[in-house]
Amino acid sequence: MTTAVETPGAARPQGARGLIDALEIDTRLLAMAAALVVIWVGLDLLTGGIFLTARNLWNLSVQTSVVGIMATGMVLVIVARHIDLSVGSVLGFVGMAMAVLQVEILPIGTSWNWLLSLVLGLVLGAAIGAFQGWWVAYRAVPAFIVTLGGLLIFRGLAWWITEGRTVAPMDPNFQLLGGGLDGSIGEFWSWVVGVLFIAAVVIKAFRTRQRRNRYNFPVRPLWAEALVLVVSVAVIVGFVQVMNSYYRPRTQIPQGIPIPVLILIVVAVGMSALTKVTKFGRYVFAIGGNPEAAELGGINVRKVTVMIFVMMGVLSAIAGAIQTARLNAGLNSTGSLLELSVIAAAVIGGTSLSGGVGTIAGAILGALIMQSLQSGMILLNISTPMQPVVIGLVLISAVWLDTVYQRRRR
Amino acid sequence: MSASNPSKGVPLVEMRDISIQFGGVKAVDGVTIDLHPGEVVGLLGHNGAGKSTLIKILSGAYQANSGDILINGEKVDIRSPRDAKALGIETIYQTLALADNIDAPGNLFLGRELMTPYGTLDDDAMERATRDVMGRLNPNFRKIKEPVKNLSGGQRQSVAIARALHFNAKILIMDEPTAALGPQETRQVAELIKQLKKEGIGIFLISHDLHDVFDLSDRVSVMKNGKLVGTCNTSDVTKDEVLGMIILGKLPGEQSRQELESMH
Repeated sequence: MTTAVETPGAARPQGARGLIDALEIDTRLLAMAAALVVIWVGLDLLTGGIFLTARNLWNLSVQTSVVGIMATGMVLVIVARHIDLSVGSVLGFVGMAMAVLQVEILPIGTSWNWLLSLVLGLVLGAAIGAFQGWWVAYRAVPAFIVTLGGLLIFRGLAWWITEGRTVAPMDPNFQLLGGGLDGSIGEFWSWVVGVLFIAAVVIKAFRTRQRRNRYNFPVRPLWAEALVLVVSVAVIVGFVQVMNSYYRPRTQIPQGIPIPVLILIVVAVGMSALTKVTKFGRYVFAIGGNPEAAELGGINVRKVTVMIFVMMGVLSAIAGAIQTARLNAGLNSTGSLLELSVIAAAVIGGTSLSGGVGTIAGAILGALIMQSLQSGMILLNISTPMQPVVIGLVLISAVWLDTVYQRRRR
Repeated sequence: MSASNPSKGVPLVEMRDISIQFGGVKAVDGVTIDLHPGEVVGLLGHNGAGKSTLIKILSGAYQANSGDILINGEKVDIRSPRDAKALGIETIYQTLALADNIDAPGNLFLGRELMTPYGTLDDDAMERATRDVMGRLNPNFRKIKEPVKNLSGGQRQSVAIARALHFNAKILIMDEPTAALGPQETRQVAELIKQLKKEGIGIFLISHDLHDVFDLSDRVSVMKNGKLVGTCNTSDVTKDEVLGMIILGKLPGEQSRQELESMH
């Protein structure tokens, strides 16, 4: 029943195409990584070598973490053919709620104050997600409308809680979440994280190979495996090295990986695993690919939908904690318009608005590209009003390029 | 004209007096059909005759407003696709019900994933099972790890059939099984149906095109406007007479020569 019969061992396409095929890497991700490199080198040349300094890259990573964390959740939302416009407001409201809990309700100075307010904040985020997901899944109100309502509701509530008053300062332990002066894990622990990652990457590659060989499944050529491993290890070592090359002010003590970036890494790994190795992740993609097929396959589409929004709510709450900690204050305007950056990051990262397609790694690259442009423009003294103009144009062209590329692949 | 299978005892499936309505319109109205092991029953009728709706009741996508479903003579309650599958009823929809963005193993096991002891998806086991069943069905199939949107119509059809086979279907429902296929692929599906028959699987073939199913079927049941026109052994009737049932909604004995001629 085949029309296009492939013979095993038949000539693979030659040249760059053949190389990429052998590597078995998502070409889209590869293209984005290449775009990031071009942008970085370009900005570095334009700024006369300021962009690619440890100091700037360290700051860039901290600035990327908030949008990156939420973008991982937005990928799932968009893959399942929904949208969440409320994430900025949810971030603001939950951040404010945590600030009020910490400063005005729970006893100040106790060791557990910050932890309890954080946990309650995450629970609040989950509850908000469940509320919005319920309207979408069980009341069939389009997610665009529900979360547009959410955008207004939670921004209003953030204001209402303190009648607009700013709440400060945060607990010193809580502040660490924002990656401020002491909010990094230092040289030693950064290398521990790096080594753990390298070990994980190597072991995973080795075991996958072993397993596929055992079942006689095709494996990628050894040289391709080695190349992928070498590049992965180089990226990890390079990242840790850069984080350790930025010193605390007026000292020779390396900062190491900032805590919000560490949180982003943990979230990214967790979400990535969720999409790849769990039923839930498989179902999200199945729903996005063909909701009817998912339903006929016996998947509880409504329940999965609610869970997607719960997850988005929790991630917004985590981002809210980081942002509030960074500002060292609860403000009712925190996170305004951030939903647009988050959606843009996911979309630049290859998430298709028609659903079914998207990767966590792509979304983080997308967030990094956006933040790089933003930070580059500041270094280049591009005037504040022109900055969103550039970002907007980049967003449109990125999606256009992607559609052209997708069409040519057919 | 009543058609029966004297050699068989209790039918594998019996749908008795099934009715369902959507917003006041009776899509299926008091229909009774049955199916024996190793038998192929063609379910025919124009688009909108109610055949797909009837079959979706059996596959659990819809619930009948009234009527009974009996499997092996026992009354069953089918409330969801999951219930139907638990009873060995597998459906291959006209749209194939594949998630285009997911690969063949993912689709084969959609909703019934194999898990490792750690509670994660066991992709290796699913890939192995897929290679096994696809090897039986379509030995040339290689694109195991590609999203099914990159497959040809025939390949997609074989993924859908593989899904039914792997889960040991006793009752197979095929909705327009060859509508999207070329002549060679159609022949392969026909071969496959004969093979499944031998294994004792009962098959409903649904089609609006008589020629697609007449030669494959042991019996045909014809529907028109939500009602059953009648059921005939294909050995007792001509294609023209069945066509008459589809178009005129009358049993062969009631069709006048004039009416039959006016169809051509």
